[in-house]
Amino acid sequence: MNAVWPHLPILQVVVPLIGAVLAGFLRRAGPAFAVALAVSWLMPLIAGAMLWQVLASGPISYHIGSWPPPWGIEYRVDVLGGFMLLLVSTVGAVIMPFARRSVAFEVEDGQQAWFYCMYLLCLTGLLGIVTTGDAFNAFVFLEVSSLSTYVLVALGRDRRALLAAFQYLIMGTIGATFYIIGVGLLYLLTGSLNMADIAARLGPEWAGHSRAIVAALAFITVGVSLKLALFPLHAWLPNAYAYAPSWVTAFLSATATKVAIYLLVRFFFSIFGVAIDFRELPVTDIVIALSIAAMFVASVIAVFQTDLKRMLAYSSVAQIGYITLGIGLANQAGLTGGLVHIVNHALMKAALFLAAGAIFFRIGTVRLSDLAGIGRKMPLTMTAFTVACFGLVGTPGTSGFISKWFLVLGALDKGWWVPVFLIVGSSLIALVYVGRVLEVVWLREPSAAIANASDPPLSMLLPLVVLAAATIYFGLDTQWTAGIAGTAVKNLLGGLR
Amino acid sequence: MSYDLVLRVGTKLILPFILLFALYVQFHGDYGPGGGFQAGVIAASTVILLAITCGLDLAHRIAPQAVVQSMVPLGVLIYAGTGVAGLLLGKNYLDYSVLAHDPAHGHELGIFLVEAGVLITVAGTMTSLFYAFVERGR
Repeated sequence: MNAVWPHLPILQVVVPLIGAVLAGFLRRAGPAFAVALAVSWLMPLIAGAMLWQVLASGPISYHIGSWPPPWGIEYRVDVLGGFMLLLVSTVGAVIMPFARRSVAFEVEDGQQAWFYCMYLLCLTGLLGIVTTGDAFNAFVFLEVSSLSTYVLVALGRDRRALLAAFQYLIMGTIGATFYIIGVGLLYLLTGSLNMADIAARLGPEWAGHSRAIVAALAFITVGVSLKLALFPLHAWLPNAYAYAPSWVTAFLSATATKVAIYLLVRFFFSIFGVAIDFRELPVTDIVIALSIAAMFVASVIAVFQTDLKRMLAYSSVAQIGYITLGIGLANQAGLTGGLVHIVNHALMKAALFLAAGAIFFRIGTVRLSDLAGIGRKMPLTMTAFTVACFGLVGTPGTSGFISKWFLVLGALDKGWWVPVFLIVGSSLIALVYVGRVLEVVWLREPSAAIANASDPPLSMLLPLVVLAAATIYFGLDTQWTAGIAGTAVKNLLGGLR
Repeated sequence: MSYDLVLRVGTKLILPFILLFALYVQFHGDYGPGGGFQAGVIAASTVILLAITCGLDLAHRIAPQAVVQSMVPLGVLIYAGTGVAGLLLGKNYLDYSVLAHDPAHGHELGIFLVEAGVLITVAGTMTSLFYAFVERGR
């Protein structure tokens, strides 16, 4: 064990990569799934061990090829990184058992092994973005995760999945290009690609007299915002989520956008915040304005959707607004709220999309009009769904309440009353779109078309129940979410000017 | 369907030289421009040229689809495996210095293996892409 300990950061990335290669070799669905399951279950152990180590003794640094930074690529895991790694890998581990039957139902036989190969590549990319301390390496992993995501979306049975994947490809590529232009400008200024080194070289003396640094900030903010679907750059998200295979939607909604948010936080608070005084630039104000617009516009659009997955997708855009609102507030309570909502929203949205996947598995459709009375046929599934819905609204006792509570505190710390009312107001809109579904699902008489529907098999039900239970658990015990996020925020804000 | 005699004979004459040039670009990558990416594309071009001038069936016989598709993950495995070898020998990932007795030789060997992995994956990917396109109409 002692020999493995110092190599955990690289194992976090290389194990899923080798797993992806193995899945590609095996070519048969069963063995490929076994590889994906084994890798997915190993990942949280590695991430948990690293987070424990970071909390006990400070950041971990790993030098690829033994080249010392800033020349070589450095993998660097701090509290925020360990927190995100644990989230991404845990979500992957919990929902993986669901994949077997759901993917067998929704993806063609010959493509299932490639499906697991692409999932593992996507996992490699997402974990890599969080692990690496190198801005260019982060770009490479961003592309690894994005390219595999396009394939995963395109594997949906519906032919519109191809168009959705292409739309996502165009937007994602623009986002990645903007990001790399920004990194190029930073390289021009500092001659370094190592994130910590860039921050050290930028230093306060740059603040007043470089437009290049403002341009770099603008490019990176827009590029990453495209990836995380910040309103109004979210156009790719509803189609991609609606037409991708159900399991992919659950995985992406819980991890991909969240990792992009991590990257934004990293650049805002670990790099640019060190060099620029954000109080002199309207960056955070713009982020706050867009976040509030996302919370309202996307929620209102969600109310009028007729397809369950599309509705949940628009709800994701709105919920991402809460997270970026926390980033824009940029104080202890606000940013903690944002980070906590990353976890809480990941868990509840994964539960909701898994429930949609379970419904699709049983009745082959997720149109709201076909779901009348499904709650009586699939009681356990829909109970878990309902719990996650309450989390989405932010009912006290669920995890959604905790994140909104911190966001409200963050706004009050700034002396702002308006955002407080807006947070409550947008929650009421969430109550409307959630209530619409719950009314259809529970209160209407079941139609003949769903007479044979029943709860899905245990392998699909268990991940759903675990995630719904987590929504309640993290609403009562905030030590793991708000506690660790608070420590991460303290470190992030400590370096700001 | 018959293929043009001049093209067929000409292709067969030129193919060995194209492959040789691919290997030259691969191994000369240590000293000058070149390396696995370029060499992989050049190597794949032999199969593509063969398929265009002598027909897809012959290309399939020489480079079967199953082999080509396995080459894609195989190259990545060689690359990642070289990195893991460094781990197993007690150093960091992709630290080549432990691969041979002398660190300099270790670096040479490590880069050789990594570039070989790149060659295999790139050649496999280019050929797979070509096969995927030409088989759409069949």
